[in-house]
Amino acid sequence: MTERNYLTADYTLRSWFFTTDHKRIAILYFASLTMFFFIGGAAATAMRIELATPQADLVSDDIYNRLFTMHGIIMVWFFLIPSIPNTLGNFIVPLMIGARDLAFPRLNLLSWYVFMLGGSVTLFAILAGGIDTGWTFYTPFSTLYSNSYVMVAAAGVFIAGFSSILTGLNFIVTIHRLRAPGLTWYRLPLFIWSLYATSVILVLATPVLAITLVLIAVERFFGVGFFDPRIGGDPLLFQHLFWFYSHPAVYIMILPGMGVINELISCFSRKQVFGYKFVAWASLAIAALGFLVWGHHMFVTGQSLLASLVFSFMSFVVAVPSAIKVFNWTATLHKGSLRFDAPMLYALAFIGLFTIGGLTGLFLACLAFDVHATDTYFVVAHFHYIMVGGMVTAYFGGLHYWWPKITGRLYSEYWARAAAILIFLGFNLTFFPQFVLGAEGMPRRYHVYPPEFQVWNVLSSGGATILAAAYLLPLFYLGYSVFFGARAPANPWDAPGLEWQTSSPPPEHNFDVQPVVTRAPYQYSRKFEAQPQNA
Amino acid sequence: MTQSRPSLPLVAAWLGLLGLLALTVTMAYVPLGAANAVVAIGIGITKAALVAAIFMELRHRDALTLLFAGAGLFWLGILLWLGLMDFLTRT
Repeated sequence: MTERNYLTADYTLRSWFFTTDHKRIAILYFASLTMFFFIGGAAATAMRIELATPQADLVSDDIYNRLFTMHGIIMVWFFLIPSIPNTLGNFIVPLMIGARDLAFPRLNLLSWYVFMLGGSVTLFAILAGGIDTGWTFYTPFSTLYSNSYVMVAAAGVFIAGFSSILTGLNFIVTIHRLRAPGLTWYRLPLFIWSLYATSVILVLATPVLAITLVLIAVERFFGVGFFDPRIGGDPLLFQHLFWFYSHPAVYIMILPGMGVINELISCFSRKQVFGYKFVAWASLAIAALGFLVWGHHMFVTGQSLLASLVFSFMSFVVAVPSAIKVFNWTATLHKGSLRFDAPMLYALAFIGLFTIGGLTGLFLACLAFDVHATDTYFVVAHFHYIMVGGMVTAYFGGLHYWWPKITGRLYSEYWARAAAILIFLGFNLTFFPQFVLGAEGMPRRYHVYPPEFQVWNVLSSGGATILAAAYLLPLFYLGYSVFFGARAPANPWDAPGLEWQTSSPPPEHNFDVQPVVTRAPYQYSRKFEAQPQNA
Repeated sequence: MTQSRPSLPLVAAWLGLLGLLALTVTMAYVPLGAANAVVAIGIGITKAALVAAIFMELRHRDALTLLFAGAGLFWLGILLWLGLMDFLTRT
């Protein structure tokens, strides 16, 4: 007889689409985000095919503009930002803190519907003809000149932003109010600290994006001068407002990834995270300092020199807490009892790729270098090392780590390791040549280029082929495991966290008995056994 | 059968906001030079304070809630501070 759990509790469509169970809502998000990931990925694939040769073969310049805009908008707002918080976070946060659900279960479901509404509106804009402004919607192009579906896409992003706010709010209240008895702040897993910091940014920054998009609409439809200098506006005001949200949004994307890496490094090193309190507070430091650096996106726009100097300095400062994390993960590995299971391979890949992405970010924080590198492929390579090499790698690592808990099934370790290695190789072959292209001066957002750049572009497109195949692999072996995989035990990694002390998959209300926490997190021992956090 | 009536502070705050709105519109037509902006911002701050204290009920909330509300204000200050630093020092 099948054991009753959140998956077997009810099989009707109604039970899924009207569920308030955080675990089922996480699955709804997972399915939606997977769809958006492959839509955004398809646009990237088309671009890399076009860029395999110097001349225009596949698409016109106008279509190319729409492809990179679609790729950016879909990937940023409909995959990267919600990925870890809304899937893994939604599923794991209540389990990790010993709660039965999030603080506002109906608000959680509402956030998914709002997200899907925003996604549908944006997809409509794409299918109706697309948007050619780039994901940044820069004025005055977006307000004065573009004849594409700017306002429809902006409306989609505007709506999706409310989903982010609702999720952030839900996590903040949940972490404050629903922790199990004995689960003090310094006993919280670092994944929770990271999601808490992320949620603070979501709640504080997203409204600014919403207001900025509304201002575009007001200027476009009613001619009120916010950004157009002919009617009293300032074009740089848009960039200030946009990046006030969008740079912290980088940390919305990467902080949850960092949270996942803490769990993976600790588990597969069988050690406590080195310098727990430093890592915990580094998350909040990143969240706060991340608001003070947005002007480094504007060094060549005509922003004042004083402002550029201050933003440059602050950009170096924000690297400090990120570096604390990288050093502490490395120190955690030191003399650990390492196991190279698939999640650990993703974690190690994350550390390397994030470090390259972070250090090249410091290059770009230097005023003198940035003047040369702005709007070149150097910038494209830099932020893909953070967003894809960092964030997507962490997402896959977390997905594999918690997959047995989520589905109650074990996947093929062989195929999982193969995919992790292929993703690492494909990623580097795709994006490392772009550093060289950027350093040599190839600008981004062009579908044609001088022939001397072709070798590096062919390498990059070849790498993208490997990367695309590697990203498809988990669809097959994880999908196979859902139906044919071996049953997962409650605690396949022998980890001490509360989420591993309940059955796999968990029951509808997570715990049959309320856990009481008596220990700090990450109490591993070298014999691949751990002291559970609860009594 | 019970009947619910809006509380007096809410109605008063709403009327206050309408009054301040009328004042904003009126003052926009009074030629005060640079002082127009100061007056408009002053009225705006008063409106925001009314909404925060009465509609958001912050006057009855605990320290943690006030801290989060204050964080929103602080972050707005960051936007204005660093944003204005560019506008005021641009050549």
